[in-house]
Amino acid sequence: MNVDNTKMMDIKNIVLRFGGVVAIQNISFDIFKGEIRAIIGPNGAGKSSMLNVINGFYHPQEGEVWFRGKKRGSMKPYQIAHQGIARTFQNIALFKGMSALDNIMTGRFTHMKKSIFSQIIWAGGASKEEYENREVVEKVIDFLEIQHIRKTPVGALPYGLQKRVELGRALAAQPELLLLDEPMAGMNVEEKEDMSRYILDVNNEFGTTVALIEHDMGVVMDISDRVVVMDYGKKIGDGTPDEVRNNQAVIDAYLGVSEH
Amino acid sequence: MSADFLYTIEVILNGLMAGVLYSLVALGFVLIFKASGIFNYAQGVMALFAALTLVGLQEGRVPFAHLINAVFGTKVHHFDWTLPAIAAIIFTILVMVLFAVLVEKLILKHLVNQEPIILFMATIGLAYFMEGFGDLMWGSDVKTLNVGIPQGGSLWFEDFTIGWAAEGEKFYGMYVDLLDVWAAIIAISLVLFLTVFSQYTKSGRALRAVADDHQAALSVGISLRVIWVLVWSISGFVALVAGMMWGAKSGVQFSLSLIALKALPVLMLGGFTSIPGAIVGGLIIGAGEKLFEFFMAPIIGGATENWFAYVLALLFLVFRPQGLFGEKIIERV
Ligand SMILES: Nc1ncnc2c1ncn2[C@@H]1O[C@H](COP(=O)(O)OP(=O)(O)OP(=O)(O)O)[C@@H](O)[C@H]1O
Ligand SMILES: [Mg+2]
Repeated sequence: MNVDNTKMMDIKNIVLRFGGVVAIQNISFDIFKGEIRAIIGPNGAGKSSMLNVINGFYHPQEGEVWFRGKKRGSMKPYQIAHQGIARTFQNIALFKGMSALDNIMTGRFTHMKKSIFSQIIWAGGASKEEYENREVVEKVIDFLEIQHIRKTPVGALPYGLQKRVELGRALAAQPELLLLDEPMAGMNVEEKEDMSRYILDVNNEFGTTVALIEHDMGVVMDISDRVVVMDYGKKIGDGTPDEVRNNQAVIDAYLGVSEH
Repeated sequence: MSADFLYTIEVILNGLMAGVLYSLVALGFVLIFKASGIFNYAQGVMALFAALTLVGLQEGRVPFAHLINAVFGTKVHHFDWTLPAIAAIIFTILVMVLFAVLVEKLILKHLVNQEPIILFMATIGLAYFMEGFGDLMWGSDVKTLNVGIPQGGSLWFEDFTIGWAAEGEKFYGMYVDLLDVWAAIIAISLVLFLTVFSQYTKSGRALRAVADDHQAALSVGISLRVIWVLVWSISGFVALVAGMMWGAKSGVQFSLSLIALKALPVLMLGGFTSIPGAIVGGLIIGAGEKLFEFFMAPIIGGATENWFAYVLALLFLVFRPQGLFGEKIIERV
C-alpha cells in the first residue's frame, strides 16, 4: 500500500441530525490517499450515516467535506459518483432484475460519454464504447472469480455472491475512493477471507483508497491502515489498529455493548 | 376447413391487430410506471396530442389560429406550405421530447418523494390540460391523417385464403386491413428496438437500473431527472406511434384519448410493470373482445366491446391480482 499521507478526503466538524436524533456529533477525520481506512463502532453509532454524508445521500447541517484538496459544495449523489467515489450498501442494493454482468456494467456509467442519439442509432462511437467498457467489466468479473454467474439475474444469487457482485459494480467504476458499508456482514469465515483478499488486492494493485465499515474486529485489525471509532455519533478513537485496540474509551464502548 | 372456422380465424386475426394499439398505449404506461412509479393517466392524451401535432405540422396549420384570429381579427388558418410525412414525424418527435422536458421541469421536479396518489392526480391534471391545450392549438375538428401507410383490405390475402374453405362452402377469403398489418409490423419493430436499446446501451441499462433501485442508481452516477426526461420522451414516442395508427384508422379526434381507458384492463391483465405483459395483454383484450362480440352479440345484444375488456380484467384481478407476468405478491408478516 502506497500511503503517502496526502489527504484524499478531509472531514471537518460534521454534524448530522434527524429531527431530535443527532446521528453525527461534530466529527472530524481524514482519509489518506492509498490507505484502507476503517470506521467501526457499535450499532447505531452513525457509521452508515457518515458514509452517506461522504457520498451525498445525507447533507450534514454543519461541517465541511474536502475532497482532493478542495472544499466540496452541495452536491447530488450522482455528481459525487462522477467525481470518482463509488460505494456498496449495508443492505445490498443491486438491480434485482438485471444479470450480474449488467449490474456491473452500470458501474461503468460515469465512463460512458456517447450521446443519446449515438446510442439510439448504435453508431457514431456508441457501439465501440459499449465493447470497450464491456472489456473492463470482464476484467472485474475475472478478478472477482464470478464468471460462472455472469448471466444470472442477481436476485437469484446467494447472499455472499450478491455482495461480491455489488463490489464488482463499485470496482467497475474504477473509483479513486471506494466506500464499503459492511462488505462482510453475514458471510462465513471462508467468504470473509475471500472478500478481505479482494479488498487488499484492489488497494495494492490499483492504489484505490478504501473506506470501510466493518464489525468483525479480526478483519478490521488485519486489513486496515487506520481506524476511526464512533459511538453514539461521537468519535471516540482514531489511529492505527494497535493504538485503537489499546484505547480505553474504545474498550469501554465495546464492553458496554453485550453483542460485541 | 369449414367457413365458420375460417370466419373465427378472421375475427381473431383482426382482434389481434386491433389489440396491437391497446398494447402500444399500455406500453407507454408501463415504461413510466416502472421507472418512476407514476401511473400516467395522460398517456392516452399524449397519443392524441402527438397525432394532432403531426397532422398540424404536415398540413401546415397555424397553431392557435382560433386564438390569433379572435385577438387580432385576422383569418389565418394554414401556412402556404405542407410538410412531407417523414419531416412532420421528426418534428413531432422533437415536440414530444420538449414536452417531456417541460413535464420534468414544471411538474415532476416539484413532486419528488410525494405519495403515488399525488403524482397520479398531477397526471390527471396534465391530461385535461393537454386536452384543452391541444384543442386551443390545433382546433377541435376531426382531422384526417395520412402518413402514407397503405389502407384498405388486402386483396392478396383474400385471394390467398379463398381456397381454404371446403368445397361448396360460401367463403370469399379473409379480410385484413393493410393499415392493421402495418400497425402490427411497426409495433413489433418498436418493441424490438426498445428491447435492444434497453439491453445494449448505457441509457437503456440506466432506465432499468432506475426502475429497480433509485439509491443504487444514484450511487453509480445516474441522474434521476435525466432518466425521467428520457422515459417520458420514449413514452411520448410510443404515444406518437399509437396516435398515428389510431388517427390513420379513425381520424384524429378527441375520442382518441379514450383509448387510454382501454389500456387500463390491458394493464390489469398484463401487470403494471411488465412490458411483455402489456403486449400480450393488449393482444388478448383485442382478440377477446372481437371474439366475444362475434359469438355473443347475436345472443345478448351488441356493443359488448364497450364492457367486455373490463369484465375480463376484473375476473383476472380476482384470480391473479399480480397480472399475467407480474411476480407473485407475497404478504410480508
Ligand atoms: N434516514 C434516517 N432518518 C432518521 N434517522 C436516521 C436515518 N439514518 C440514520 N438514522 C439514525 O441515525 C443513527 C445512526 O444510524 P446509522 O445507520 O448511521 O448507524 P450505524 O453505525 O451504521 O449502525 P449499524 O451498525 O447498525 O449499521 C441511528 O439512530 C439511526 O436511527
Ligand atoms: Mg450501518
